[in-house]
Amino acid sequence: MTDVLSTPPRSQWRDIWDQFKSHRGALIGGVVFMSIVVVVFLGPLIWTIDPTHVEIRARNKSPSFSYPFGTDQLGRDMLARMMAGGRVSISVGLTAMALAITLGSSVGLLAGYFRKLDWPLMRLTEIFQSLPLLPLLLVMVTLFREPLAGAFGPEKGTFILIVGAIGVTSWMATARIVRGSVLALKEREFVLAARSIGTTDFKMILRHILPNVISPIMVSATLGIAAAIITESALSFLGLGFPPDFPTWGRLLYDAVDYMQQYPSRVIWPGVAISLTVLSVNYLGDGLRDALDPRIRGR
Amino acid sequence: MLTFTIRRLVLTLPTLLVISLVIFMLLELAPGDPMAQVPLTVPPEVKEKRREALGLGQPSHVRYLKWVYQFFVVEPSIMIDWLTSKSTLLGWLPDTSLYGGDLRVISWQTRSPVMDIVVQRLPQTMWVVGMGYLFGVLIALPIGIYSAYRQYSIFDQVGTFISMVGFSVPTFFTGVLLIVVFSVNLGWFPSIYDTTLKVNSWDSFLQQARQMVMPVTVLALYNAAQISRFMRSSMLDNLNQDYVRTARAKGLSERVVVLVHVLRNSMIPVVTVIALGVPQVFGGAIITEQVFKVNGLGQLLIGAIEANDLPMVQTLTFIFALLIVVFNLIADVLYGIIDPRIRYD
Amino acid sequence: MKTKSLLLGAVTAMSLAPAAFAERGADGHVNVIYWQAPSILNPYLSGGTKDLDASAVVIEPLGRYDQDGNLVPYLATEIPTLENGGVSADLTSITWKLKPGLLWSDGSPLTSADVVFTAEYCMHPEGGCAQLAKFEGVDKVEAIDDLSVKVTFKEAKPNPYGPFMGAQAPIIQKAQFAECLGAKAPECTSANFGPIGTGAFRVTEFRPNDVISFEANPNYRDAAKPAFATMTLKGGGDATAAARSVLETGEFDLAWNLQLAPDVLANMAKGGKGEARSGFGSLVERIMVNMTNPDPALPEGERSTAKHPHPFLSDVAVRQALSLAIDRPLLVEIGYGQAGRPTCDLVPAPAIYVSGRTECMTQDLAGANKLLDDAGWARGADGVRAKDGVRLKMLYQTSTNAVRQDFQALIKQWWEEIGFEVELRNVSASVFFGGDPGSPDTFQKFYADVQMYANNFDGTDPEAYMAAQTCDKAPRPETQWQGENISRVCIPEYDAKVAELGKTGDVAKRAELVKELNNMVTNDSHMIIPLVDRGRVTGVSNTLGGFVLNTWDSELWNIADWTRIK
Repeated sequence: MTDVLSTPPRSQWRDIWDQFKSHRGALIGGVVFMSIVVVVFLGPLIWTIDPTHVEIRARNKSPSFSYPFGTDQLGRDMLARMMAGGRVSISVGLTAMALAITLGSSVGLLAGYFRKLDWPLMRLTEIFQSLPLLPLLLVMVTLFREPLAGAFGPEKGTFILIVGAIGVTSWMATARIVRGSVLALKEREFVLAARSIGTTDFKMILRHILPNVISPIMVSATLGIAAAIITESALSFLGLGFPPDFPTWGRLLYDAVDYMQQYPSRVIWPGVAISLTVLSVNYLGDGLRDALDPRIRGR
Repeated sequence: MLTFTIRRLVLTLPTLLVISLVIFMLLELAPGDPMAQVPLTVPPEVKEKRREALGLGQPSHVRYLKWVYQFFVVEPSIMIDWLTSKSTLLGWLPDTSLYGGDLRVISWQTRSPVMDIVVQRLPQTMWVVGMGYLFGVLIALPIGIYSAYRQYSIFDQVGTFISMVGFSVPTFFTGVLLIVVFSVNLGWFPSIYDTTLKVNSWDSFLQQARQMVMPVTVLALYNAAQISRFMRSSMLDNLNQDYVRTARAKGLSERVVVLVHVLRNSMIPVVTVIALGVPQVFGGAIITEQVFKVNGLGQLLIGAIEANDLPMVQTLTFIFALLIVVFNLIADVLYGIIDPRIRYD
Repeated sequence: MKTKSLLLGAVTAMSLAPAAFAERGADGHVNVIYWQAPSILNPYLSGGTKDLDASAVVIEPLGRYDQDGNLVPYLATEIPTLENGGVSADLTSITWKLKPGLLWSDGSPLTSADVVFTAEYCMHPEGGCAQLAKFEGVDKVEAIDDLSVKVTFKEAKPNPYGPFMGAQAPIIQKAQFAECLGAKAPECTSANFGPIGTGAFRVTEFRPNDVISFEANPNYRDAAKPAFATMTLKGGGDATAAARSVLETGEFDLAWNLQLAPDVLANMAKGGKGEARSGFGSLVERIMVNMTNPDPALPEGERSTAKHPHPFLSDVAVRQALSLAIDRPLLVEIGYGQAGRPTCDLVPAPAIYVSGRTECMTQDLAGANKLLDDAGWARGADGVRAKDGVRLKMLYQTSTNAVRQDFQALIKQWWEEIGFEVELRNVSASVFFGGDPGSPDTFQKFYADVQMYANNFDGTDPEAYMAAQTCDKAPRPETQWQGENISRVCIPEYDAKVAELGKTGDVAKRAELVKELNNMVTNDSHMIIPLVDRGRVTGVSNTLGGFVLNTWDSELWNIADWTRIK
């Protein structure tokens, strides 16, 4: 994205940007996503209440002027918690998704393109698919929590651990999907044509194969963000996530489910925030995909 | 293709052994203790004695080899004995008696054979999770196809909205929401699934249907959301290809162009996604089963993990691994059928 | 409504019940839900509460504890005591007499041979019996005649009611389990899943970790009971869903252990289908203070061991300040409601053992600050106190549980107000309470400065519970990190008093000793900081009669007396 914006005008990129601009869904998605990011990251500068501050006299307040989003069962301000939670959830969601997609696409491209790599890489994928998630995560905590906290400090260490755990456990579907598409693509005429003029394997993958599998990757990416945000909340129950008083959208939603009937607003805020983020990223992805597709761009 | 399939099948066994070893080592490494759920009032010496009685005193390679023997030799022989003597399908075969009374894979929680419990749990998982998946696929395909064909139409926009919300709102929330609305407020459906219900009359069939409605809906929505997105994007990729223009120019009807040519070429990612999902059907839907108390294989696995019942976790995980390997193979074979240009040898 | 009046109401209902409904099976079907599903019906192979409770429907001990903690005979004619001669004067043996004419559900007679066999089954060295502690100190169990059994102890046993008493030690049938001794125990699946018993019901179908179906025992000793013909015990899900199925939808009659936020429970009870009842036992939610140093910089094997005393928690003023800063009544209001009461004691019941000190009941932040100031812990620029380069920075861990995480957030804030820096951590319960010596996150290893959980004692005698805090019971590498003295308390005087307690038979003297021991670790030294005396909450349908909440025995202890209110 930023790449698209900051690169000096080159005709191809300009075409893509023009196409992207004319995509109404992508524009709306982009604006919504940017506003969520701005509110979540810059909002705390204006709304300075500490999200972990317990105000015991103000428990279970409905939305009002002093508490725009209400308060929770300990009187913590929901607006502050939503903003703090969003920072974590969006960072974790995007980074973990990027990691999983990069891993998955690389494995899928290599396995699909190089026949020799197909067997070992796909068996590796199967091993990862087979591993039971919860014990795997517990092992990761036991092995890596203290070394990472020692090397990067407790907060960064936890972040790396969470992103790593989600990334490492969710790349396999992407790898299988990409590989399947590559297997079909590499028998197409244009690949044969490119090969006959002496295109190297590296260029072939980057120029001809990758752009043609970009749309399943995009879908995986959008779905991946939603999955990562929810998985993060599951991690915190294992003691793998951030400290328990630290809010994230997934955890806010989970904690609020018990209070669904009495204080429905508490499930609505995180539910809407997650859905809105995923929807806006989805439309962004749609726009990007259309913009990158030369056949559509001309229309 | 046939030689490829045979070669892959032959190589499956070593792959599976490696997978079982990796799973075993992972479970050994994972922190946990079968005594975790025993009340703190039970003194440590008694707990230590119980660990020994469970066989935890033995070195891990002995325990692994024991499990391998039990799972690959003892359990199949019991299965074959059952097939030849009691099953309706193969009961006509002469009765075998391969089982020589060796110890089977025994769960630490229930002190009973793991496979018996698995067999007991299969029906409810198949009914609820299987139906949820089947409905999910059946809804997803037409929605995906039509959304792509009429990209950015109202239908597409609504479909996109519902599927993205459906995927981003977790089942622990949608499940409870359905219970609050339909069980608590309206009283239409039971909030707790009755696994002892036997369907043998119209009334009991209706009762079964009533208790399946909510969990199946939740699962179908979640699965349909995912699959329809892949179907849509794959169709979009193909709808603008040159061959589509050629086909139209040849005068083929729009229906044939879309539903035969484009659909067939779009199926590869969708087949992958569907094949990836089937083992998860057998694996159960952990959260949905918990929310609706379906008590299928997913609930069995999570309960075993919480109780650190290693023989149960190892066996269940391995059965899922087996299914993953098999369905990946099926997907690979299907690729070759969908697109004959794909070659593996 | 107050617990007491509820209990009274229930007791009256129970005493009237037999007159109103005097026919076995007349009330049809009863549905019970446990959000943890029973795995096995043999309590000797599983220590889990869910399994004990479910087995109590089928198999019975010689005597049980009632809702007030009194001993009541079940299969025995009376409870043997010193007065009636059942317990020998030197406290080394106890003789039980069975009620004559008792039948197993298969129609065969119950004899003293079954009782003797039960002891043999559990005391078998290879059986891995979960209730071995109940038989501790037993020398031999012998049948005197068909209906009398004599248990002889190796030495004087002031509390001889371990074997065959309470839900943990019911009588199993010799004929059924004779082939299941020792290492063969797990092979007897059908016996473990469907024990033949003397209880009000017998098993018709057992689906492990899912559901159990029962029907009335045709040979039950009271021809008019049970009032229900069949019963289902469903397991699985979570406490919220279980509460909902009784209080809101009315699908079930009884839901066990509803540990939910009080306002959630209150809101559900508005449905009018049932009510939440609570009763108190000996369960206390407490904060354990680490007397040893858990610093990660220490070499593995020396962390959290007696080699390194804690840099600041070994100062009694610091520990007292931690206790004073906590507002216990508020914790109860937020986390437990009617199912909790603030406490300063480790032993909250039975009444004769309770020291009843109250100085911790009111929060005193100013007092806590003054204590720390006087002890020389001065606030730094960031508000965190320090002395001689030691900062009051703590890691506070507990298991994953919504109420505990709320408590953590609240207590963290109070402690920060008096100049501590607090980091929170939650650990999955299956790891935290598991004793895996390889994991850094178990409560025994205690790689944190303070931690919170709940514990109680079996039955009504706290001797073993007090004996858990002696110096030699501290978890350490040499014991594979097993041990019950989690705080690593080490007071020679305490150990001496525990030994004295083991030799004292007189109840009044025992009570005095228990109170002293209790105060030594809590109110006087604050090595253990009790927070809440936790009751058990049960959801009961308005149409279920005769249920009496009993925290000293199985939840389903009086199932024979349950009726349907029409």
